[in-house]
Amino acid sequence: MNLRRKNQHVNKIKISDMVIYLFLALFSLTILFPFWNLFVKSISAADAGIVDALQMWPKKISSFNYKYVLTNRYIWSGYRETILRASVGTVLSVTVTAMGAYALSKKNLPNRNLWTTVVLIPMFFSGGMIPSYLWMVDLHLINNRLALILPGLVSSYNLIIMRNFFMAIPDSLEESAKIDGAGSIRIFFSIVIPISKAVLATVGLWVLVGHWNAWFDAMIYMRDADKLPLQVVLRRILLEGTQQMMDLNSTDTNHITPDTLKAATTFVCMLPIMCVYPFVQKYFVKGVIIGSLKG
Amino acid sequence: MKGKRFKTGALLNQYWKHKELFILLVPALVFYIIFCYIPMQGIVIAFKDYKLMQGIWGSKWVGLANFKELFSTPSFFEILKNTVWISFLRLVFGFPAPIILALILNEVKHARYKKVVQTISYLPHFLSWVILAGVFQQLLSPSSGPVNAILTKFGIGQIYFLGDPRWFVFTIITTGIWQGVGWGTVIYLAAIAGIDPQMYEAVMLDGAGRWKQMRYITLPCLVPTITIILILNTGGILNAGFDQIMNMYNEGVYKVGDIIDTYVYRRGLEGMQYSFSTAVNLFKNVIGLGFVILTNSIAKKMGDSSLW
Repeated sequence: MNLRRKNQHVNKIKISDMVIYLFLALFSLTILFPFWNLFVKSISAADAGIVDALQMWPKKISSFNYKYVLTNRYIWSGYRETILRASVGTVLSVTVTAMGAYALSKKNLPNRNLWTTVVLIPMFFSGGMIPSYLWMVDLHLINNRLALILPGLVSSYNLIIMRNFFMAIPDSLEESAKIDGAGSIRIFFSIVIPISKAVLATVGLWVLVGHWNAWFDAMIYMRDADKLPLQVVLRRILLEGTQQMMDLNSTDTNHITPDTLKAATTFVCMLPIMCVYPFVQKYFVKGVIIGSLKG
Repeated sequence: MKGKRFKTGALLNQYWKHKELFILLVPALVFYIIFCYIPMQGIVIAFKDYKLMQGIWGSKWVGLANFKELFSTPSFFEILKNTVWISFLRLVFGFPAPIILALILNEVKHARYKKVVQTISYLPHFLSWVILAGVFQQLLSPSSGPVNAILTKFGIGQIYFLGDPRWFVFTIITTGIWQGVGWGTVIYLAAIAGIDPQMYEAVMLDGAGRWKQMRYITLPCLVPTITIILILNTGGILNAGFDQIMNMYNEGVYKVGDIIDTYVYRRGLEGMQYSFSTAVNLFKNVIGLGFVILTNSIAKKMGDSSLW
């Protein structure tokens, strides 16, 4: 009797395990299926037509879409602009943020509370879209690549996370350098930076992915089509159906961009992130956890 | 007087003594002044009739005229209603989703399987809404999308998920959950990992199965985290998801899908009604700030982790 009950218990656990595994498998499929569908469309020949939208494999495989996308010069200029803003923007952001965070982490910084408040206020209140835009016009930064880097140079949230990290560094590490007569700037670059790689990598990756995915700033600040980053090029092709961006025959203005081409373009734009994110996700997870503990 | 001068002198001395430290702070301070505090001054145009030619300070003061216009515009109440409604639905349906997923993931004993599911679930978080909008355009397309193909097979007929005002909000909420649920689990899984294993051992001795363990140990231990995230989410009630909606809405669904931020963009930057839309934005920022301060002080009272 006792034994039988035990067995039942074991059986029950197995069934609940199966339900859980099955549920998670279905859930994963729900996440992946839209991308798979997109991929199938992107390698389908446009003229074969998608009669059965449920098909899991193209009727007629064609590399035409990808060839076409890769001849689109705006995709190339988009990649160039995105890589440019992401690399320069990330290096500048991390440097300025880390320097500021280090200064705020030190008790002997004069007016430390005042400067910390200066950094915190923008987390809760901002001028908003229009005043920022008009100020950028005044600064003559419209259609200037700096407009994509400077307005978001420092994020208070990142700065506070870095400051907390620096505050946890034991003073003893810096003492010996101080005795040797090194100033704060030298201590920061030669001692603090090398031991803070973890937090620098976390914040750096946040900023990098943020730059890669940013679209609104370029949409309102950039004018020249060949200065638009990838996301805005894609947005024009997908949502605004701009033919100029598709590089189709300019005479053929009524031509609607075929779904297969849109799919291939989307795929070309998402590929880098899709390949890289499984390897960098752990830094993002770490960052969320650090952020949630800051208290 | 003398005392004060002495004090300033001492302060200057302090700056001189720690000048290197201050130099490190200067680039960040310059950034904050130029790109945060100067644009804040630009808010005054909400109380002016801003003309591009006259500039911010040269334009005429109009007092509260822009706000009077705002409150007498019927469409303003419509977008306010849309904003709060979409945020509310996100809270009701989107907020519990990652908690449930985290609880389920926590039951997976096979570490590798868990890792794979987690990694897949994070994917949408790393992509922009421009790309996701492209993905959903294809998925939900009435003519060539698989979702409508299934619906047709079941005899339900085609649904214009992105173009029909009756379906748009549903689509926004669902795709929003799809995008955020995986990443949302991170914080809960971290909290679960912090639970003392001895607590589980204790109830296991009493013969508690996995359901009881979840019900009496995991869930109660998550309550503080859940409360704080719920409160903080409530603080953002006027942010209904600009990135997502800007990329997914269209003229046909403005009636239900237009939110404060998209309205400010269209009236302000497309319609060049700078003063009026700054007034709308200021209204949103002030109310939003009130909510954040209120919810944060509640969070502070309930636990030790708050924003400041």
